[in-house]
Amino acid sequence: MTALHAGLGVALGAGSLTALAGLLVPRRARTTVVGAGLAITGAAALLAGIAAMTGRSASFAVPDLLPLFGLLFTVDPLAGVFLAITGGVTVAVGIYGIGYCRGPGDGQGHDHGGLDARGVQAVLPLFVLAMLAVPVAASVGTLLLCWELMALTSLLLVIAEHRRRPTVASAGRWYAVMTQLGLVAILIGLSVFAGHAVDGSFAALRAAAPTLTPAVAALVFVATGIGFGSKAGIVPLHAWLPRAHPEAPSNVSALMSAAMVNLGVYGIVRVGFDLLGDTGAAWWWLLVLGLGALSAIYGILQAAIGTNFKRLLGNSTTENMGLILIGVGAAGFFGTAGDLDLAALALAAALLHLVNHAAFKTLLFTSAGSVVQATGRRDLDELGGLNTGMPATTAAFGVGALAASALPPGAAFVSEWLLLQALIHGLPATGVAGAIVLPLAVAAVALTAGLAVATFVKAFGIGFLAKPRTPEAASATEGPASMLVGMGVAGVACVALALAPTLVLPTIGSVAGATVGAGDPVRIHGLTIELVGTLGATVGSLSPLMLTLALLIGTVLALAGARALATRRAARAARLWDCGGGPLSARMEYTATSFAEPLQRVFDDVLRAEHDVDVSHYDESRYLVQTVEYRRRVPDRIEKRLYDPVLRLVAAWGQAGRKLATGSVHRYLGYGFYTLCGLLVLLVVTR
Amino acid sequence: MTGLVVVVQLLVVVALSPLLIGMMRQVRARMEGRVGPGIGQPWRDLRKLMRKQPITPDGTSVVFRTAPLVLVATCLVVAAVAPLVSTAALLDPVSDLFAVVALLTLGTVTLALAGIDTGTAFGGLGASRETTIVALVEPTLLVAIFALSVPVGSTNLGAIVGATLADPAQVLSPVSLLAAAALVVVIIAETGRLPVDNPSTHLELTMVHEAMILEYAGPDLALVELAASMRLSLFLGLLANLFLPWGIATGGDPLLIGLAVPALVVKVAALGALLAAAEVFLAKLRLFRVPELLAGSFVMGLLAVGASYFLA
Repeated sequence: MTALHAGLGVALGAGSLTALAGLLVPRRARTTVVGAGLAITGAAALLAGIAAMTGRSASFAVPDLLPLFGLLFTVDPLAGVFLAITGGVTVAVGIYGIGYCRGPGDGQGHDHGGLDARGVQAVLPLFVLAMLAVPVAASVGTLLLCWELMALTSLLLVIAEHRRRPTVASAGRWYAVMTQLGLVAILIGLSVFAGHAVDGSFAALRAAAPTLTPAVAALVFVATGIGFGSKAGIVPLHAWLPRAHPEAPSNVSALMSAAMVNLGVYGIVRVGFDLLGDTGAAWWWLLVLGLGALSAIYGILQAAIGTNFKRLLGNSTTENMGLILIGVGAAGFFGTAGDLDLAALALAAALLHLVNHAAFKTLLFTSAGSVVQATGRRDLDELGGLNTGMPATTAAFGVGALAASALPPGAAFVSEWLLLQALIHGLPATGVAGAIVLPLAVAAVALTAGLAVATFVKAFGIGFLAKPRTPEAASATEGPASMLVGMGVAGVACVALALAPTLVLPTIGSVAGATVGAGDPVRIHGLTIELVGTLGATVGSLSPLMLTLALLIGTVLALAGARALATRRAARAARLWDCGGGPLSARMEYTATSFAEPLQRVFDDVLRAEHDVDVSHYDESRYLVQTVEYRRRVPDRIEKRLYDPVLRLVAAWGQAGRKLATGSVHRYLGYGFYTLCGLLVLLVVTR
Repeated sequence: MTGLVVVVQLLVVVALSPLLIGMMRQVRARMEGRVGPGIGQPWRDLRKLMRKQPITPDGTSVVFRTAPLVLVATCLVVAAVAPLVSTAALLDPVSDLFAVVALLTLGTVTLALAGIDTGTAFGGLGASRETTIVALVEPTLLVAIFALSVPVGSTNLGAIVGATLADPAQVLSPVSLLAAAALVVVIIAETGRLPVDNPSTHLELTMVHEAMILEYAGPDLALVELAASMRLSLFLGLLANLFLPWGIATGGDPLLIGLAVPALVVKVAALGALLAAAEVFLAKLRLFRVPELLAGSFVMGLLAVGASYFLA
């Protein structure tokens, strides 16, 4: 009985019991029991994942549970990474959910649409179990089954609040359709693959991979890539993501954004590196890299100009998945160019960013959820001044925003540094294609990082600092202790990953190295991360802890210098500069919309914002203005160009179909008759 | 001996940065036919501000109060780790070009948050403009770094400077010239000089940096002003040593460091004087024309990377 077996067993047992408890426990204690159960499930999965990453593996087969295909599970180091991430996120979200799902209810008019209802609380553990099962599934049938279970349970959770907001239903429909189409794409890809293998187990697929023709291999890769990419929210398959994430309850958003979308990346890595092995062509990976870069820029651009708090975070998820896919694509590209060490480095950067993203996105979504629950507002333009009423949530969001904006001493800085190093060092190894692609990839990462800074300065500054813009924001208070503890767990993870990535990076590096078939790409020397070059020499090094310490020492020096030199007089409170026009009101502040206006103008060619100015005049004179109304909307342009025509076509097809159904029974009998005749004729002709 | 290097670099940067600003203002004054206040004026201003009573504007939070300290701290860290007088850095793992750039961006971000924290229209306006410029500068900056690091195979600052020292002909290569041109534009944008931002304006239509710091007064303002001058001299010092590293010490030998300090001062002063002289002939660009300027420098950065591959 190893730690791996124990962890998996406990996770499965605790998860199932929690689902049962969600059904049976009375409402008063339900969220507490389910939250605690989720935390145990998550912790067990985290331990199992860590054990798997350090090289333990295990296989389980349940051949007779289902007809046609049995269930087959294998835990390997790559699966361990995703087990650990999902487990860690579940711990934080489970604890957070205890208070969150209970809602601020008690008759204050804020009732929470029944997040503590039996259905929601029972489905939540099932969703977590499905997410834990996907990376360990080791046959085509098992994977598809777990994938579908994950899709269905997450859909049920997305529409949990459909009684409160009508927009939830529309978001649910988008999500349902896109996730099912994604499943179909994966099904096609893996079925074609399995058709060339002895059976549907991953071992058989691996054995069959070298026998595939390049066209079939490409079909498998692209079809599964479409399915997995849509789950990861990659442009142009991202349309569901900025809809579903803001409409789902915040604990579900956190689970989806920090754990579920990762599995899209998992699928691409599993199929591309593991199952298809060395058959990959350079263009596959350049496609992944290009779509990743496009998603990163497009996602963060939407986030930079957006004002809906949770939608902004959803867009940021698209951005981060894009960055991760840049790393994955670069890894594959370097692999096809023959530089496996560099491939391992790029993949390690991608996996580290995956871990970091899970940590900070959990923190950001949970703290945003607290804000939305406390104020009932989700538009940044209506928030502000939360740092007085909600200091802990403000601090939590601040830590998350620092981590997300790729600045030192944040977590994402380390992973983006690694990613940039991988891209930069790839230039000599990859020929002309690399000389064109890599600088553009670096520029894409850089633009993304710059816009992420603007986005999170906006989200944190406008959302939490300055003066409250609405009475709700002014009177907001902290939620229950369990929500704060949940945020605290995620916050500690963020800080730990930022200061001591040296603890996780060797493990992740060896997983990445094993996945692409190379050695460890990074070496840890004390507190320093060192990149190992092709000749074993150190080609770059970074020490996040030393950097943070240096910053602290610098701050202390600055403080000491200021104390020593400045006057000793006590500080005086003073009015803000108001140009002599009386006290400033909250309406004179910059809003999120005005903050993002310069960026929106700079990127107008891409965004194409729609402006609408309505001026109404007095009846007496058209020179006197009565009201001016200004509206601005930034539609998702890819969606407008790509999805609207398809939707229109489908709608037109449906309308045309109505003409067939006139209501005449004779006609319907006629249809049946002619169809039967047609089939018989067809049968005769083809036999 | 690297401890000596750090102390010398910190002292040189802190002590001489305000003088650099004073020198640039003096150059500008002379070229415009004014007498000018003398190069010591920024230090006199700082002394005056330090003696004033600190002021806490209504409704500002801890973000506003700590921003000047963090801003100065980022500059101090960069001053300690960058190869200014010697390539031997005490904190070699921090002396990475990406880390240095990200640190300086962190300073900008804290100031932008402080601007928003005041809750005035001015603060928000400055923060919005500054973050826009930062977001657009980033691609140019990183691509220029890419170009510089390709011939060396590392982004470590000491390694880049050392490689240029070892092979002086590199300086005149197209890679180096294009990257230098791109970096100059970036530095102008990052330090808020003409034509991107006018450091001496207080007109709301045009201010960027000044709008963010409008609510600071007394010792806090002194820290912000000191940090702004340190940023400028750090960027100019890095530019000088990345492209004209001569005079820099390669170890911790006190004699060589003693020689390296005047070399650095001369290089930075020359660059500062050039910048000031150029500013006399420039008008501030409209904010929405700045992206065009940055796009131009981005293309130069891309060409530099291309050149480093195709001409190598």
